[in-house]
Amino acid sequence: MSPLLPVLLGVPAVGAAVLALVPLPDRAARWIGLVVTTATLVVAAVTTARFDFGATSRFTDVVDVRWLPAIGVRFHLGVDGISLPLVVLTALLTMLCAAYTIGTVPDAGRTRQLLALVLLLEVGMLGTFVALDLVLFFVFFEVVLIPMYFLIAIWGGNDRGRAATKFILFTLLGSGLMLVGFLLIYSGAGTFDVVALSRAHGAGIARSTQLFAFVLLLLGFGIKSPMWPLHTWLPDAHTEAPTIGSVLLAGVLLKMGTYGLVRIAVPDLPTAAHDVAPALGVLAVAGIIYATLVCIALATDPQADLKRLIAFSSVGHMGFVLLGIATLTATGIQGALVGNIAHGVITGLLFFLVGGLKDRYHTSTFREIGGGVLAKAPVLGGLTVFAAIASLGLPGLAGFWGEMLAMLGSYQPAQTLSRPLFVVLMAVAGVGTIFTAVYFLAMLRRVTYGLVGDAWRERPLRDVIATDLIAWVPLVVLAVAIGVWPKLVLGISSGAVHELLR
Amino acid sequence: MSLTQAIDYAAISPPLVIAVTALVVLVGDLFVPPGLRRAFAAATSIAGTAAALGATAWLATTSARHTFCFSSGGCSYVVDDFTLFFQVLFLGSALVVLLLSVALFADRRIPTGEYHVLLLSSLAGMLVLAAARDLLTLLVALEVVSLPAFVLVGLRRGDPRGGEAALKFFLFSVVSTALTVYGMALVYGVTGSIEFGHIAAALGQLRPHRGAMAATAAAGVVLVLVGFGFKVSAVPFHFWAPDTYQGAPVPIAAFLSVASKAAGFAGLIVLLLDAFRPYADVWGPVLAVLAAVTMTVGNVVALRQWHLVRLLAWSTVAQAGYLLVPLGVAATAHGRSDVVLAEAVRATLGYLGIYAAMNLGAFACAVMVSRRSPRGAITDVRGLVWSSPVVAVCFAFFLTALAGLPPGVAGLFAKVVVLQAAVHGHVTWLAIVAAVNTVIGLAYYLRVAALMFAGPGDPESARSARLRPDGAAAAAVALTAVLTVALSIDPQPLLHAAGLASH
Repeated sequence: MSPLLPVLLGVPAVGAAVLALVPLPDRAARWIGLVVTTATLVVAAVTTARFDFGATSRFTDVVDVRWLPAIGVRFHLGVDGISLPLVVLTALLTMLCAAYTIGTVPDAGRTRQLLALVLLLEVGMLGTFVALDLVLFFVFFEVVLIPMYFLIAIWGGNDRGRAATKFILFTLLGSGLMLVGFLLIYSGAGTFDVVALSRAHGAGIARSTQLFAFVLLLLGFGIKSPMWPLHTWLPDAHTEAPTIGSVLLAGVLLKMGTYGLVRIAVPDLPTAAHDVAPALGVLAVAGIIYATLVCIALATDPQADLKRLIAFSSVGHMGFVLLGIATLTATGIQGALVGNIAHGVITGLLFFLVGGLKDRYHTSTFREIGGGVLAKAPVLGGLTVFAAIASLGLPGLAGFWGEMLAMLGSYQPAQTLSRPLFVVLMAVAGVGTIFTAVYFLAMLRRVTYGLVGDAWRERPLRDVIATDLIAWVPLVVLAVAIGVWPKLVLGISSGAVHELLR
Repeated sequence: MSLTQAIDYAAISPPLVIAVTALVVLVGDLFVPPGLRRAFAAATSIAGTAAALGATAWLATTSARHTFCFSSGGCSYVVDDFTLFFQVLFLGSALVVLLLSVALFADRRIPTGEYHVLLLSSLAGMLVLAAARDLLTLLVALEVVSLPAFVLVGLRRGDPRGGEAALKFFLFSVVSTALTVYGMALVYGVTGSIEFGHIAAALGQLRPHRGAMAATAAAGVVLVLVGFGFKVSAVPFHFWAPDTYQGAPVPIAAFLSVASKAAGFAGLIVLLLDAFRPYADVWGPVLAVLAAVTMTVGNVVALRQWHLVRLLAWSTVAQAGYLLVPLGVAATAHGRSDVVLAEAVRATLGYLGIYAAMNLGAFACAVMVSRRSPRGAITDVRGLVWSSPVVAVCFAFFLTALAGLPPGVAGLFAKVVVLQAAVHGHVTWLAIVAAVNTVIGLAYYLRVAALMFAGPGDPESARSARLRPDGAAAAAVALTAVLTVALSIDPQPLLHAAGLASH
């Protein structure tokens, strides 16, 4: 029994309570936000340091106490090789958001409340990744909804109210159905314990119940991920959300869906997973193709919104993650996990950068930005080029490995799955990667290169400030580090993934 | 056979204390000097309710008690864990309502003494209802609950809305009670008994047979349900609720939405499980459909409301649907087994306990808001966080709890418990309907909560718009908030008590 994980959740929770209740001045609130998120990151680092990298499938820092025996719920936390990278990513991104907020606050102000919500959001995100009881997982899964709703609804763009409502209602619909799926699992297996359930491999749950429960779970996790065609909330939410809202949404919230699939749906309902995997694979690839087509259309439309483009590119990237999961192989799932992390790092960075552009140009449409960001703000432009190239999956950068492993898994899917189907899926997904390059390069051509727009030729434009760099450089470093040395993530998760599939 | 029978006064002490308190308030109101009447009535009522709570606490430490027993076996009045669970729920809700009422008499249009006497009488009826184990006692108790409530709704002098509300409430109640009495008559005619144990035995013998008698009994069972469907405001017997809540003084609306509804559930559960159990295959599907329709209609109509209390009224209709969900497990053969039914009852009781805390809290906040802005529109809460941050945070917390979403984790647990019972009873379709309904519910709860946090605030208008709650109402909000927070962290004691009560 180690107190580390309760502390990991407790630090931001206390921070959120303090910021919400104590009427501090704005500046103090910003520094408290940074201190609390840094402290949380330190706790996450200590958790990493204590982690046994020799046996990554074993849960460490476990807390397992009675909580609600009346309904069979325990307070069970722990990290293994699958959740640890996500925990670190979450703590890091939240800290970077707090650092960014030191220098830049959305127009609506109210920084203290903004940071209180970000910290509450962090509790939910971290909790989701360390919870080892289905009901506890569900509680944390739901904790993120209200803070994210208010982040969009108060600090968002012009159409924020509708986008926020769409986000929360879609997600709640998914999680409500997911809860019914959890309860079906419970009624068959007689426990909510994630460790016991993945060890049981679906024992005690009838095949038809498994299928039913899996579909419900897939709806819940699929809406979150998002899986085509359940993604429609995402472009609106991303376009309207403030910068740090977009970063956390893309960087962490989407991963809660794919994490749930890997942690709960696939190992707990293995028979159903095999039945549904082809459909999941087809939907994943449909999402990749759909997203790239939309992105190409957006990249060539002068009215289009840059944030919307990045949002749709997320649908495509998460499609690769879902494809990796659908192969039900260690390679594919490993690809999914590294893709998760890479997408969190790269798209997090992209949203930071696009948010930075929006703060400077007060718009994020192509037409009004014009072009020539590299000329006007060289550092900002250069980072944007880097992030876009990382996002299109250039070998040597983080985005490459997730896509490559997902396609590799697809070439040799689990033995019960139809190989021809998955080979076709792989080929189609491969075409998707080419078109991803097309639209990202088209986007760069419009925004970073070319002539500076008329409106901006005379006016000066602020390049990056110190807090921007503090927030962005770690992500650049990580994108390169994972790209050059993917074992950073793969090495941690491989043991745990093999254990899941056994 | 002797004509007199021994009465266990200890067993009936909670309703007795409340009835005596009502009499003291009634008589005392005549002698106390006018300046002290408000304080006297409120203080006496609160003290009496607290004393009755003490009596239930003491009863909980002793073994089950039976009184008013039949010579043939079986008793009319039984104090067991089930009875005590509901009595505590009623008394606790009444306490909150009494606190909320203190500021009600400032406008002098509501007579203080009568208000408290009527409220306490209705409460006494509820306390008896929870313990009633025969048809007649149940019916009389039900009427004692309802009759004072009609008057309470229309008590504000010179208020046409209140009069209309009371009349609607009265007419709906009379019709549904008439159907219930007719149903009881049929059941009595078929079984020859009013005592639940005997009814269950007789119905059990009758059930396997076909023919007129069995059909008559089935008709009787369904008709009895109608009266309770009215009481819990289940669709299609809910039409009175929105108008009545809107027209009544808001604390009375709170009382109806929690205590009165809980009384309906107490009667419903004890009837269905003790008396009509052999007919579970008849009432099970009826309740399952009622649950699905009630939550859907309640939530969908709530989406379109502009009046705050009316919105809460429709929300309580929807909540009645969630409360009925577990009882719907009797629609399947698996769900009719003892274990599953007991779990279903536990789920409904658990939900009721959490619902009482969060819904009373929401109403308590609505009382404060409606006192500042009598029009009662939802938009009156706009920017509440700038003028009264504590009330705004509490109100938003209660609303998220009603929606079943963190930070209102108590409501989330309530929903988990209810869905768990449904899934376990193999009525997964009902669980899915309920899950989808939580989404519709969130849409309107969140609309109100989001309005409260809308900004930016203007310090000048914020100061003038500040709510000025009296101490008692503030205490009511604090009490319900503390309870809801406690249930959000650890609902185990409540679920444990509900488990005991369901056996």
